[in-house]
Amino acid sequence: MSTSAAAPSPQPARVVLAEADIDRALTRIAHEILEANKGSKDLVLLGIPRRGYPLASRLAAKIAATDPGVKAEDITGQLDVTMFRDDLKRQPTRAPLPTQLPATGIDDKVVVLVDDVLYSGRTIRAALDALVDLGRPRIVRLAVLVDRGHRELPIRADHVGKNLPTSSAEKVRVHLAETDTVDGRPVNEVVIEDRTA
Amino acid sequence: MTATAPHEATAYLVKGAAIGDGAATDLLIRNGVIAETGTGLSAAGATVIDAEGLVAVPGMVDLHTHLREPGREDAETVETGSRAAALGGFTAVHAMANSSPVADTAGVVEQVYTLGRKAGWTDVRPVGAVTIGLAGERLAELGAMADSRARVRVFSDDGICVHDPVLMRRALEYVKAFDGVIAQHAQEPRLTDGAQMNEGDVSAVLGMTGWPAVAEESIIARDVLLAQHVDSRLHVCHVSTAGSVEIIRWAKQRGIKVTAEVTPHHLWLTDELVRSYDPVYKVNPPLRTDEDVQALRAGLADGTIDIIGTDHAPHPSEAKECEWAQAAMGMTGLETALSVVQHTMIESGLIGWDDFARITSLMPAQIGRLQDQGQPLEAGSAANITLIDPAARWTVEPNKMATMGRNSPFAGRELPGRVVATFYQGHPTVLDGSLNTPRTAEGE
Amino acid sequence: MRHLLSTEDLCKDDAVRILDTAEEMAAVSDREVKKLPVLRGRTVVNLFFEDSTRTRISFEAAAKRLSADVINFAAKGSSVSKGESLKDTAQTLEAMGADAVVIRHWASGAPARLAASGWIDAAVVNAGDGTHEHPTQALLDAFTMRRNWARINGTASLGTDLSGMKVAIVGDVLHSRVARSNLWLLRTLGADVTMVAPPTLLPVGVAKWPCTVSYDLDETLATGPDAVMMLRLQGERMNAAFFPSTREYSRRWGFDDSRLKALDSHGLKGTIIMHPGPMNRGLEISAAAADSPRSTVLQQVRNGVSVRMAALYLLLSGETHTAPATIQEAQR
Repeated sequence: MSTSAAAPSPQPARVVLAEADIDRALTRIAHEILEANKGSKDLVLLGIPRRGYPLASRLAAKIAATDPGVKAEDITGQLDVTMFRDDLKRQPTRAPLPTQLPATGIDDKVVVLVDDVLYSGRTIRAALDALVDLGRPRIVRLAVLVDRGHRELPIRADHVGKNLPTSSAEKVRVHLAETDTVDGRPVNEVVIEDRTA
Repeated sequence: MTATAPHEATAYLVKGAAIGDGAATDLLIRNGVIAETGTGLSAAGATVIDAEGLVAVPGMVDLHTHLREPGREDAETVETGSRAAALGGFTAVHAMANSSPVADTAGVVEQVYTLGRKAGWTDVRPVGAVTIGLAGERLAELGAMADSRARVRVFSDDGICVHDPVLMRRALEYVKAFDGVIAQHAQEPRLTDGAQMNEGDVSAVLGMTGWPAVAEESIIARDVLLAQHVDSRLHVCHVSTAGSVEIIRWAKQRGIKVTAEVTPHHLWLTDELVRSYDPVYKVNPPLRTDEDVQALRAGLADGTIDIIGTDHAPHPSEAKECEWAQAAMGMTGLETALSVVQHTMIESGLIGWDDFARITSLMPAQIGRLQDQGQPLEAGSAANITLIDPAARWTVEPNKMATMGRNSPFAGRELPGRVVATFYQGHPTVLDGSLNTPRTAEGE
Repeated sequence: MRHLLSTEDLCKDDAVRILDTAEEMAAVSDREVKKLPVLRGRTVVNLFFEDSTRTRISFEAAAKRLSADVINFAAKGSSVSKGESLKDTAQTLEAMGADAVVIRHWASGAPARLAASGWIDAAVVNAGDGTHEHPTQALLDAFTMRRNWARINGTASLGTDLSGMKVAIVGDVLHSRVARSNLWLLRTLGADVTMVAPPTLLPVGVAKWPCTVSYDLDETLATGPDAVMMLRLQGERMNAAFFPSTREYSRRWGFDDSRLKALDSHGLKGTIIMHPGPMNRGLEISAAAADSPRSTVLQQVRNGVSVRMAALYLLLSGETHTAPATIQEAQR
């Protein structure tokens, strides 16, 4: 970071998506997924830990609500990409999290990868490599809650909850009740704050 | 400390050194003897050595050194070992017999003796082996060695125990003929087969074969009873356990003629250091527990243990830069002995400098029957003198030592006390803490 | 974690992390493509001064599943015949670009010397040193016990330790690196350990160890252990008078058929019988016990690969030292 003129004073965190906004976005994404697939056949939602998995579960619940033939837990899974990251040597060692696929596997399925924030695209690149070693999906699509731009690889999302233009000096934080508490309360919101904060 | 005359001067005037725990005194050294003592001495033409603040003790005598020559000149030679001895304040060292060939004949001991005289840094007194080749089967020609120019009086198979009780008995009896003494390396071989370190809590965790204290104590117990039975002198090398101290104390109370030595490292270091698996701590007998260290210090202070013996054991670096099990056993000690004894015994308040003189000079000379060593610092005594600066502090750097051996367990430690000067038969081999010149046999 | 030399100084967090990572690695071994790219381009050297095909193959499989290159170096030399020095061997491997050295050695402390010496920069994994430690064995044993314990209690094994578990280790404790490594790890993970052996095969310092000591195997089985680990016995020890004969040893401390039945009659439904291998059938363990459903010997072997994958991953995949820029730097 340059140290020329006085740096702008850090902005307080601002909420860009409140709980209701998140819910509306997920409902829309769930419908988009069904539309693109022309129904729920062969659908598998794989969440990328940590927050991609609760999002995938919520999407699966919404899909199951519209289609009685679908049981949410049968189409949901978790895909850990730690071992396929390209920046392992630059970070302290990370223990991997579990990868759990639905009982019917991913071969010939329509796999929708689900993550909270799409940024450089490297996590998704790693997810694609992980998928290849697990099986051969018929189609792979990507659903994200927030796309904040600044792609470093040619990756794009099929379903986006909100497009958020950001500067790289900012941090996007996603809080989900399944994984996060603020002041002891489980929270659902998406927040932008300065990196220096 | 300054010299005010060229080093060819034959007389030296040491001014103001404390004689042991006593008052500051001047010592006039001339023609190899202490010519005069007193205060306010002066002597024309004498080199003056300002010894204010220093302690003067009779030249230290080591009853247990390994000079490695002949045979292991890659580890040490008589020349390099003598230099180390002089720097350590020793005016006499006993060179153990486990060389190659073994010093079990008059020929070998005379060779070592001659090498020592040629080197001229310290009195090298060869120790004769008890058994031929240290094999523990037949007595070596102890009488021939005693009569040789080396005039051997101390006999030892050190490195190996004379474990056969009949052989030990015969050896104890035989040396009475020439006032010799058998110095035993007490280690029952069957109980220490493959042993790597002290047997105790640490060896249990580290998974190393242990060297139990009883293997030392059982031999000492047997030997003091044998010495009593045949009325002979016995010397016990490198005592290392509390139990051994008790047995020797018991023996002395019964009037048995036993003497004992302890190494500086056994007064300080314990087997906890072996947890690092650094072979610099591998030694025989092994480092023991803290209880043993405390008992050894107390035994040295109360006279149960008579002397310090360094067991200086240099090894080439490849013998120590390897796995523990492959490493050779031994630590260097000549140049660190004074400091370690000062740290463990004097600074802890257990003994004073007069006791220091007793355990490092008077008693070793007596046990080895050395006529001109270990004499009190008074007029007429041979001028074997060590001047010590107790206030000095120095860091042990093996690369800078005179011994070829880099295996000092004190490497990197800061130690108290420094030898400032060593006078060997009136000639300064060490001045200002560094080597000066050797003494030439033709006299000065 | 820079090296894996012992379980004695492995803290609980690190130990649980290894076991949890091993769960994921185990999943990889069940897939069709048994490969992860994490150690691609890294070189793992198996430096074995002691013959051990089983352990070597296990480490080799582990490294290869992580896409590492594996070099096997069977070092010559023993306590009797000195081969090339450890220092020279290590530096040769370093010059060849080893990122990790998996070392098995007959001398206790050799891996520790290697790690502390400054001769090499690579990560050091102790694959068994003398009678000192065998940390990956203890880890795979703990992994096996943990899975079993979780299954009995109906819980998931991820993130758990071994609190409340009772383990009996039976046999030549004195000469066993497996016993030592297991004891420290089991204590760290909260299990209760009983050592069962003839008095001659227990080290002098064992009273200070965090375990109970018993000379009676039947009495110990009656206390209801959840796992009984049998140690391999070297029959030649009877020549050094550690016990009078293999028959007497087997009768008193071997896991024979009557003791197998005793587990049933004590109602110990979930108790497993473990053995690090290779087994002396008929000596410390009967054929029936070795082949019974309670025996976890094969599970242990399978888990060995997963645990070693976890260890290599956790040692090698994080931040590394920067490579020396010049040859002068490399020569230090």
